[in-house]
Amino acid sequence: MKKTKTKLRSILSTLMPGLSSLSKRGPSGWMVLVGIAIVSSIIVMTAIAPWISPYSPILSRVGPIRAAPSLQFPLGTNQLGQDMLSRILCGGSLMLQVSALSVLICFLIGVPIGLFASYAGGMVDSTTSLVIDAVYAFPGLVIAIAIAAMLGPGVINTALSIAVVYIPSYFRIVRSQVLSIKELTYVEAARAVGAKWYTILFRYVFPNVIPSIVVVVTINFADAVLTAAGLTFIGLGVAKNIPDWGWDLTDGRQYLGSGAWWIITFPGIMIVLLALGFTLIGEGLSEMLNPKLQR
Amino acid sequence: MGLRTYVITRILLTIPTLLLLLSMVFLIMRVLPGDPVALHFEKKAEPAQMDAMRRILGLDKPLWVQYTDYLLGLVDVNYFVSHGYPNFGKSMQTFEEVGGQIFSAFPATLELALYSMVIASVIGILLGVASSKSYNSIPDHLIRGFGTIAYAIPVFFLGIIFQLIFGVYLGWLPTGLRINPRVEPPATITGLYTIDSLLEGNLYKFLESFKALLLPSLTLGIILSGIFIRLTRSNMLETLRLDFVTAARARGLKEGTVTYGYALRNAFLPVLTMMGLQFAMLLGGAILTESTFSWPGLGSYIVQRINFRDYTAIQGAVIMFGLFVTVVSLVVDVLYAYFDPRIRL
Repeated sequence: MKKTKTKLRSILSTLMPGLSSLSKRGPSGWMVLVGIAIVSSIIVMTAIAPWISPYSPILSRVGPIRAAPSLQFPLGTNQLGQDMLSRILCGGSLMLQVSALSVLICFLIGVPIGLFASYAGGMVDSTTSLVIDAVYAFPGLVIAIAIAAMLGPGVINTALSIAVVYIPSYFRIVRSQVLSIKELTYVEAARAVGAKWYTILFRYVFPNVIPSIVVVVTINFADAVLTAAGLTFIGLGVAKNIPDWGWDLTDGRQYLGSGAWWIITFPGIMIVLLALGFTLIGEGLSEMLNPKLQR
Repeated sequence: MGLRTYVITRILLTIPTLLLLLSMVFLIMRVLPGDPVALHFEKKAEPAQMDAMRRILGLDKPLWVQYTDYLLGLVDVNYFVSHGYPNFGKSMQTFEEVGGQIFSAFPATLELALYSMVIASVIGILLGVASSKSYNSIPDHLIRGFGTIAYAIPVFFLGIIFQLIFGVYLGWLPTGLRINPRVEPPATITGLYTIDSLLEGNLYKFLESFKALLLPSLTLGIILSGIFIRLTRSNMLETLRLDFVTAARARGLKEGTVTYGYALRNAFLPVLTMMGLQFAMLLGGAILTESTFSWPGLGSYIVQRINFRDYTAIQGAVIMFGLFVTVVSLVVDVLYAYFDPRIRL
């Protein structure tokens, strides 16, 4: 217990000055900061939702049906008479799980393939690139829909079908980096002193690829959130009746004609905020890493 | 290499890519769970009946036989000659030729894609240029904010909001379908309703189809404009610093001429490349836009067919999507050479 505490403290102490120095790096630093603030508040909100929700998010008829926002129900109620505020507070959980898992899968598959294939070069590299480029040039959502429909609902299934779409982005960024890094003098020097190929790849090349991967990860998070919402919208979401922003938005759409704007607007805004948070982090970071844009 | 040789080589090169894509989809669908036969009978049939059906569809054969059978049945010569497009095999649900279904849905997607692309480019380039001209001032921040938010909005959410505002509250625009159901669609020439109605000389039909097209293409166009804004802005920022721009200014050219005639012409090239690359994303967005606006295009078709595990229909639609992307990227490359005389194809 004590060990983890000191470990946590050391991680925090390295992170904190990092965060405060971000604000000194101009607009791009602020973008990253705002993004981190949005994402972390959504995560915290989702985590403590069971304790702060005024009503049960799944119990129907806690209030009148499709009641407009009022003091008692600040965000109104939906077609089942469920409290929208409670559903908004809890509704991020599935989306966060799915997107985090799909990003992890992408990372674990895309990065190693990119590293090995581009370091090996020759036939291995060109065949892998051909396959990956074919997927990349194709509307990914079609593939995601196909896989999601076949696998059926579930957090892991949805995450898998999203991951397939974004693995190529990881591969391509890693490949472009490795191709230039492996020609650098320090790698040649390592090879000259007889370092094993895996030592070169993981100790010398990989650390220099990480900054670009971080950018891809954050953008990928935003895309995964949007794709997850899209799959739900088409009817291939994780599950019905579980509080989920994507599901609330999809289901609430049927009552559009009645003018009940609050049923769709609030879940939609939450999805936008989550995607926006990740996009801001990604854009800010990539701007910081790209010296061409600074003047 | 001349233009013609280049175009022919590129077209030939797409064949292996498409074949690869097709093989992957073929394999994925047969490996993953789901059975078109069971779904056809809605699980109420006798096992013998289902086996018979499986034999008719060829699903009892080994995978590689199914695969070669499918490839050989893709282009029926008689069908191709009489219809002008390949048949893509028979649907496993409706037993009609997939080609006919795909080519009647495709123009709807094409029309949506074209209009969205135009909207996205106009918004993206104009705002991107404006943003770069006012670097680090309030307009710049506002435009960048707009671009970032546009990227983060789920396309169907923006569509629903538009439906709510312009359809439900204001009642100005239709919220679905390609044309008012009380109006007979124009005779099919290109399949694009706005163009066909103009060819027919029927202004009323043109207005009706244009009104129906406005919300979907605006939705998709705004979503895509986010990327174009960012790209135009960053490329303009780089170009505006170059010597030839300073030289043009020094010669006393008007700022508008310098910006649009000199800088944008150079900054436009990477944006053009990106337009080609983003086209796949546009089609992804088009699928969601089509479901939002009940737009009877290829996206709606594929979503509907996937639920039935209609293997042949999905494969056909995948080929069509792939072809579409390839043709667009080819057009972009040719345009690239046109805009930049330094590039030799």
